[in-house]
Amino acid sequence: MTTTSTQFVNIGERTNVTGSAAFKKMILAGDYTRAVEVARQQVENGAQVVDVNMDEGLLDAHHAMTTFLKLIAAEPDIARVPIMIDSSKWDVIEAGLKCVSGKPIVNSISMKEGEEQFLAHARKCMNYGAAVVVMAFDEVGQADTQARKVEICERAYKLLTGIGFPPEDIIFDPNVFAVATGIEEHNNYGVDFIEACREIKARCPHVHISGGLSNLSFSFRGNEPVRRAMHSVFLYHAIPAGMDMAIVNAGQLDVYDQIDPALREACEDVILNRDPEAGDRLVALAEKFRGTDAAAEKQAAEWRSLEVTKRLEYALVKGIDAHVVDDTEECRRMYARPIEVIEGPLMDGMNVVGDLFGSGKMFLPQVVKSARVMKKAVAHLMPFIEAAKEPGAKGKGKVVMATVKGDVHDIGKNIVGVVLQCNGFEVIDLGVMVPWSKILDAANENDADMIGLSGLITPSLDEMVTVAEEMQRAQMRMPLLIGGATTSKVHTALRIAPAYTGPVVHVLDASRAVGVATTLVSTTIRDDYVAGVAADYQAVRDAREGKGQNNLLPLDEARKRGFAADMSLKAPPVQRPGVHVFDDWDLADLRQYIDWTPFFRAWELAGNYPAILTDAVVGESASSLFADAQAMLDRIVAEKWLTARGVAGLWSCHRHDDDVWVHDRHSADHRSPDGGSVPEGFNVPDLDRTNEHSTRLPFLRQQIAKREGRANMCLADFIDPAGDWIGGFAVGIHGIDAHLARYKADNDDYNDILLKALADRLAEAFAEALHAHVRQELWGYASGEQLTNEALIREQYRGIRPAPGYPACPEHSLKVRLFEMLEAGKNAGLELTESFAMLPTAAVSGFYFGHAQAEYFGVARIGEDQLIDYAQRLGVDKDRATRLLRPNLD
Amino acid sequence: MSVRDTFNAEAAKRILITDGAFGTEIQNWKLSEADYAGTLTLGHDQKGNNDILALTKPEVPEAIHRAYFEAGSDIAETNTFSANRISQADYGAEGLVREINVESAKLARRIADEYQAKDGRPRFVAGAIGPTNKTLSLSPDVNDPGYREIDFDYLKDVYREQIDALVEGGADFVLIETVFDTLNAKAGIMAAIEAGEALGRDLPIMLSMTLTDLSGRNLSGHTVEAFWHAVRHARPLTIGLNCSFGAEQLRPHVKTLSELCDTLIMVYPNAGLPNELGAYDEAPATTAGLVGEWAFAGQVNVLGGCCGSTPAHIKAIADHVRGMTPRAVAVPPVRTRLAGLEPFTMAA
Repeated sequence: MTTTSTQFVNIGERTNVTGSAAFKKMILAGDYTRAVEVARQQVENGAQVVDVNMDEGLLDAHHAMTTFLKLIAAEPDIARVPIMIDSSKWDVIEAGLKCVSGKPIVNSISMKEGEEQFLAHARKCMNYGAAVVVMAFDEVGQADTQARKVEICERAYKLLTGIGFPPEDIIFDPNVFAVATGIEEHNNYGVDFIEACREIKARCPHVHISGGLSNLSFSFRGNEPVRRAMHSVFLYHAIPAGMDMAIVNAGQLDVYDQIDPALREACEDVILNRDPEAGDRLVALAEKFRGTDAAAEKQAAEWRSLEVTKRLEYALVKGIDAHVVDDTEECRRMYARPIEVIEGPLMDGMNVVGDLFGSGKMFLPQVVKSARVMKKAVAHLMPFIEAAKEPGAKGKGKVVMATVKGDVHDIGKNIVGVVLQCNGFEVIDLGVMVPWSKILDAANENDADMIGLSGLITPSLDEMVTVAEEMQRAQMRMPLLIGGATTSKVHTALRIAPAYTGPVVHVLDASRAVGVATTLVSTTIRDDYVAGVAADYQAVRDAREGKGQNNLLPLDEARKRGFAADMSLKAPPVQRPGVHVFDDWDLADLRQYIDWTPFFRAWELAGNYPAILTDAVVGESASSLFADAQAMLDRIVAEKWLTARGVAGLWSCHRHDDDVWVHDRHSADHRSPDGGSVPEGFNVPDLDRTNEHSTRLPFLRQQIAKREGRANMCLADFIDPAGDWIGGFAVGIHGIDAHLARYKADNDDYNDILLKALADRLAEAFAEALHAHVRQELWGYASGEQLTNEALIREQYRGIRPAPGYPACPEHSLKVRLFEMLEAGKNAGLELTESFAMLPTAAVSGFYFGHAQAEYFGVARIGEDQLIDYAQRLGVDKDRATRLLRPNLD
Repeated sequence: MSVRDTFNAEAAKRILITDGAFGTEIQNWKLSEADYAGTLTLGHDQKGNNDILALTKPEVPEAIHRAYFEAGSDIAETNTFSANRISQADYGAEGLVREINVESAKLARRIADEYQAKDGRPRFVAGAIGPTNKTLSLSPDVNDPGYREIDFDYLKDVYREQIDALVEGGADFVLIETVFDTLNAKAGIMAAIEAGEALGRDLPIMLSMTLTDLSGRNLSGHTVEAFWHAVRHARPLTIGLNCSFGAEQLRPHVKTLSELCDTLIMVYPNAGLPNELGAYDEAPATTAGLVGEWAFAGQVNVLGGCCGSTPAHIKAIADHVRGMTPRAVAVPPVRTRLAGLEPFTMAA
C-alpha cells in the first residue's frame, strides 16, 4: 500500500510553535496531551507530512522536540505519516533524528556557516536516513534575487551529490519574501522565486522545491482574506514553475477561481510585479476585505473560548465529540431542568445541521458525525432526566423504523434514522428481521407518527406488502414510508399502496427522508402532499395497465431463440474439482480488492472513486470519510477484528433445457481439499443420470420479445449439454458483532455504519479475490491472468459469477441448493433466513460460469407459462413459485 | 575486488544459500549448565547462553557451521545473535562481548575459508547482530508512552562494540537481523557506517526485517515498504525478511520487496509455524517447495532458514533452487521515498 502524493505536498504547520500560538501555549504549559491531539487532527485533516518545530526562546527546544516526537511515535494514527523535523538549531535536529523511526525530512540545513559544516550536517542526515530541506543561504546571506537563488541552490546540489547524497532527497527552499512592502527592491521577489523554481528544476534533476508561504503576505498581517488570496495566487503560479511542497494550513487556502476577481487581479499584479503601482493598489483594495471572515477564522481557531451553547452548536455542526460531555454538563448546570438542554441548545444546533444538510452544504458522513455528538450529549443527560422522572423531550414527531422479517440489511435504515434524529424526530429503531406484529405493536404503544420500512433483498418487497395489509386490517391511519435498495416508486405504487388506505410514500434516499417526514407531521401541507403522492401512484398504475403481456414470447419460442453458445469456447476441465474451504483469508489481501465507488454511494456521495476525492462539491466530505475508512481498515486488519471465511466448489455438470444438472458432488474423488488434477479416467458425464448424486439448478429465461438476432438469454445457455463444468461460492465476513456492540455502547452511529459498510466492501472484495483464485488456480482456465483492481472492477476477465437474487438468476431460493452443494453452513459459517438473506450480513454467494461468451443480463418479466414450468422444475407448487418470482411477474 | 563486488558477482550467477537455525541445532546437543559455563566463573547460570559456546565449547558451533556448509551454504552467519552488552548482561557476561564476537567470527571464518579452499567457490561470513531485547520506539510503560528504556546513542554504542569485534574476527558483512524495531535497526546502521568510516573501507550491511503480524508490519508498526524507505540509506548488500512466520505467510511481502528494492533480496523464514507443542515440524521438502516458488518467480537472490530449520532443510533448498535464475535487481524510478509507519512516495 503505497501512498503516492499528488503534484503538491501540504505539510501540516499546526505543530509548529512559530506558526501556531495555540500550540505554543500548550507546549509552554507542558500540556503534551492536547499537543498530541493537534498532530492527530492535522493528519486526520489530510496533512501528508507533519512539521514539528519547537524553536521558542522560552523553551528547552531539545527537550520539547524529543518529548513530543516520542509521544507521537506511540500514536499509530499520527506516526503513519512522515515527520518534518524543523529547527534552526542543528543539535535540536539531531536529537529529533534519534527519535524518529521512519524516513523523515530535516528542515533545514544551509551553507550559512560554510561548506564544511553544511556537508557535515548533510552526511549526518544521510546516515540517519533523512531527506533535507536546503535553505538558499550562503556565507554572504539569504538569496533574494533569481540569480542568487539559482546560484546557491546549484552550488549546494553539486556539493551534496558529490558526497553521494541522493538528489531526490534534496528539497530546496529558495526563500519566499514579503512583497508589497512599499520598498521598491521588494517588488520583484515573487517573480524571483517563481522564475528561480523553473531554473533550479531544470539544472538540478530530481530535487523538490518548498517554501513557507506566510512570509509572502507579511505586510497584510491581520487581514486574513487578503493573505489567503495572495497565497493561493502565488501557488497558482509557483506550482507549474516547479514548487511542489509548502508549509501551509490547507484549510486556509482559497480556491483560485473563487477569489473575488478584483482582489485576485490585484494580487496577481503584485506577485507577478506587473507595474510599480501594483503594491499601492493592493494596499488600497485590502481595506475593503479586512475582517470579512476574521470572525470565522477566529472561531475556527478559538471556538473553545465561545459561550457554552455556541460551543455545543459548533461541536454539532463540525461533528467534534471531544468536549461534548463537559459542555453538556456545563449547560445542564445553567438550566433548571436537564430536558431544557436538549430542547434548547442541542436542538438549536441540530437545526443548523439540518438546514445545512437540506441546502446541500453538508453531506451525509458529516451529518452522521453530528448525530454522534448529539447522542453523546443526550446520553449524558438521560440519567438526570430519568432521576427527575420527567417525560422525554417532545420532538417533531416519532418514527418507528424496521428492516422487515427475513432481511438483515440495515445500513440504509440506520442512516435514515440518524438523519431524522438530526432533524428533531424521535426514532424508535426496532432493528432487523422484525415481524409485522412487532412493528404494529411498537407503532401503537409509542403513539408513532409514522412507520418506516427498509429492505435490501427482493423477498422483502413481499414482506412490506404484508405489513401494509396488516396495517389495513388493524385499521391504522398513520403514514407508511418505504425505503431500501430494492424498493422503487413503481413497486410501491403497484403493490404496497393498494394494500393500505393510509398514506404510503416511497422515499428514494436518506436526503429525502427529512422532507417527507416533516411534511407528513405538518398540519398545513400534509393533506395536499398525501393527495399528490396518491395521484402520482395512480398514474403509475394506469401507465402499467396499458402494458399487457403482449410483448412476452411464449416460453417455447423464447427457448428456441436462446443463446447458441460456441461450445469450442467452453472452459477447459477444472484443475481441482470439489469443495475448497478458506477459513481465514488475509484481510490485508482483500483490502486491495475493494471497489470503493459503492462505498461512497452507501453514504449518498455521488461520484466514482478516486475522482470523488477531489470532486468540487463532495470531495472534502468524501476525503474525510475515506480517511476514516482507511484508519478503521488499518485497525480491522492489524487487530484482526474480522474473519473472512469462504467456500468455493467446482463440479462437473451438463445442461438439459434450462436446467443445469450438477454431478457427483458427494463423490469423494472430487473433494480433495488441496486440489490435484482432474481424476484419472474423467469421462463425459452420462446424460441420463439424474440420480441422488445430482443437483438440479433451474434457471430462468428472458421472455421479452427482442429484435431479430438478439437472443433470449438463460444462464443454462452457457453450459454444454454434452458435459461441462460449473462452480459456486459463498463468502462471509464474521466477527463484527462485538465491535458494533462497542460502538452502540458509545452512541457512535458513525463508526457503527462505517464498520458495517466496510464489512460489506470486504465481502465483495472477498468474492472478487476468490473468483480470481478460482480462475487462475482451482479451475485454472486463466492461469496467466494479470489484472489491476480497476480491471477487475470493470470485469475484464473471462467468466461471470451471477448471484441468486440478482438480475441473471433473480430467484433467491436457489441459494438453498447452492448452500447445500457447498455445505456453506459447515464450511463458511453462513446461514439463510426464511427470505434467503444471508447471515452474517456481509456475505456474497453465486455461481461460476467459465464459458468465454458468458455475460451478465437481466431476466426481467416472465410469463405465466414459465412460472408454471419453473414451479415444476423447482419442485414447488404454483403459489409458492408465485411468491418467489413476484418481482418478475406482471 | 571488494567483498561487496565478489558477493554481487556470485549472486548474479546463481541463487545463493545462507545457513539455517543455530538455537534449535544447539538444543540437539543437550548441553548442561557445566557445558555452557566451561571454566568461566560469571556468577550466573549460563545455560541457554548459546553465544558463549564460542568460548566454552567451540566444537558445537563449529560442527553446526560445518553441517550447513556440507548442506550447500554459501554464507555462515556467526553465532552472535545475542552477543551484545544488553543481552549478555542477563548472563553476567557483558564483559565478554568482545571476546565472544571475535572468537565466533574467527571460527566461522576458519571453516568458511576451509570450504572455499576445497572447491574454490567463495564462502562468506556474515556477522549476526540481533535486535537486543530493548526497543527504541516503544515505551515499556503503558501509562507513560513517552518513556524509553534506552536511547539511540547508547544502543549505537552497544552495536558498535559488537560490530568492531566481529570485523576483527574476520566477518565480511554486518547482518542486522530480526529487525522488530526499525529505529533499533537505524542505530545499528549508524554504528556500522561509523565502524566502516573508522576502518577506512566499505563495510557492507545486510538487513533483515521480521514481521509480527500477517498484515506485514514489524513490532514498531512499519510496513515492509516503509521499512525499505527508512533503511535504504544503508546501501544494504541484501534486504529481506527472516523469522516471523513460515514461508507461506511471507509470500506477499517477499513479492513487495522484490519489486521495490534496488539491491539483493535475502529471505530466511522459519520452518513453517510452530505446532501445538511449540516445535517446528515442516518437512525440508515442504520448505524447499515454498521458498522455491519465490526463486521460480525470480523474486529472491539469497535463501536460507531461521527457527526450526536444519541442515536437511538447507540442503533441500539448495538442491531445489540449483540452476534456477536468480532475481534481477529491480530498477525502480527515482522518487523521493519518505516514511512514517507507512510509505510515502512523492510524485516526480
